[in-house]
Amino acid sequence: MCDTCGCNVTQGNRHLIEAGGKHEHTHDGKVAVEVLENLLSENDHQAGHNRQHFDSHGVLAVNLMSSPGSGKTSLLEATIDALNQEFRIAVIEGDLETENDAERIRSKGISAVQITTGTACHLDAHMVHSALHQLNLDDLDIVFVENVGNLVCPASFDLGQHLNVTLLSVTEGDDKPAKYPVIFRAADAILISKSDLLPYLDDFKPERAEQAIRHLATEVPVLNLSAKNSDTLDDWLNWLRKEFAKQAARRAAGETATPKIQPDGERLHAQG
Amino acid sequence: MHELAVCQAMLEQVAGIASREQASEVTRIIVRIGPLSGIVPELLEQAFTIARAGTIAQQAELITESTGIRVRCSQCGAETEAGINRMICGKCGDYRTQLLSGDELLLASVELNRREQSVK
Repeated sequence: MCDTCGCNVTQGNRHLIEAGGKHEHTHDGKVAVEVLENLLSENDHQAGHNRQHFDSHGVLAVNLMSSPGSGKTSLLEATIDALNQEFRIAVIEGDLETENDAERIRSKGISAVQITTGTACHLDAHMVHSALHQLNLDDLDIVFVENVGNLVCPASFDLGQHLNVTLLSVTEGDDKPAKYPVIFRAADAILISKSDLLPYLDDFKPERAEQAIRHLATEVPVLNLSAKNSDTLDDWLNWLRKEFAKQAARRAAGETATPKIQPDGERLHAQG
Repeated sequence: MHELAVCQAMLEQVAGIASREQASEVTRIIVRIGPLSGIVPELLEQAFTIARAGTIAQQAELITESTGIRVRCSQCGAETEAGINRMICGKCGDYRTQLLSGDELLLASVELNRREQSVK
């Protein structure tokens, strides 16, 4: 989803740029300029800049998205407890109001920047850029961005992160991926959270949730966990370790990772 | 509900193009929006009637073109229509498919009047 590498041009819209020249005149003498840029190209430009910041400091940036109350902050607290000795972590918190979440993270001795969006339903790349200036990236390995709790809008905005993680708590219902496909499709990993509550819920089946996810044509890992039980976190922590190593390898090769592009997207576009 | 933010970004982009093309006004903006983009065309159109005020596009009409969802199966190779929450292969039913179209969020074209009508 960017306007520089040409990945916006798909088989579905290619005919638009191939038909005629860039400028075509309409019958009433007006000039029609073909553009074919992402509507959010300004945001994407800033996001690319943020990503360069992360990359030049060797930082992996992970964006967490979910409904409000599905356990993003609790997961971050448990993740910090587990990985604090291994990685230097900081958190950028997005909420409409209050410093509550940032204070929860800071009480762990971790740097946290709270973005209060007022009325905005999502974070954008400019907000994250401002927050980055309050962090010393030289001293960090992983920056988590906890997006505004919202299962719709955050999926449309690249922040400069490398990876998206979408949480689905078991109290929300196992058909959420079918109802909100865009945000689950944007995920590089999907976490089914609050799994400790499963014995009390007769209407949430993790396998049904996974089936709804697979119907979105995504092959990303789906991990069951509970932030309240550290024994359930191993798959998530190992995924983070693996992704940190993969990002380091990409960086060493002068590459980076952008979210929201299907892994095979580049190859598909390159086929012309 | 984030359509207003998207609309404002679109209008900034349009203003940049209008300036580059030395336009006196923008008369029409055509966008392509796929069902998987996360943007609701009707809400974008509503936001546009507010956001265009005072911009070079204040008299412009906004056309939203929808695209269909199509996938290509990585197993059987078929290219089929798909649904927003059912993107499995329409032929063999496998979930390992690639999206061919449906997530577009594109400014497709801008129609404008140039300041000097010296256009060929």
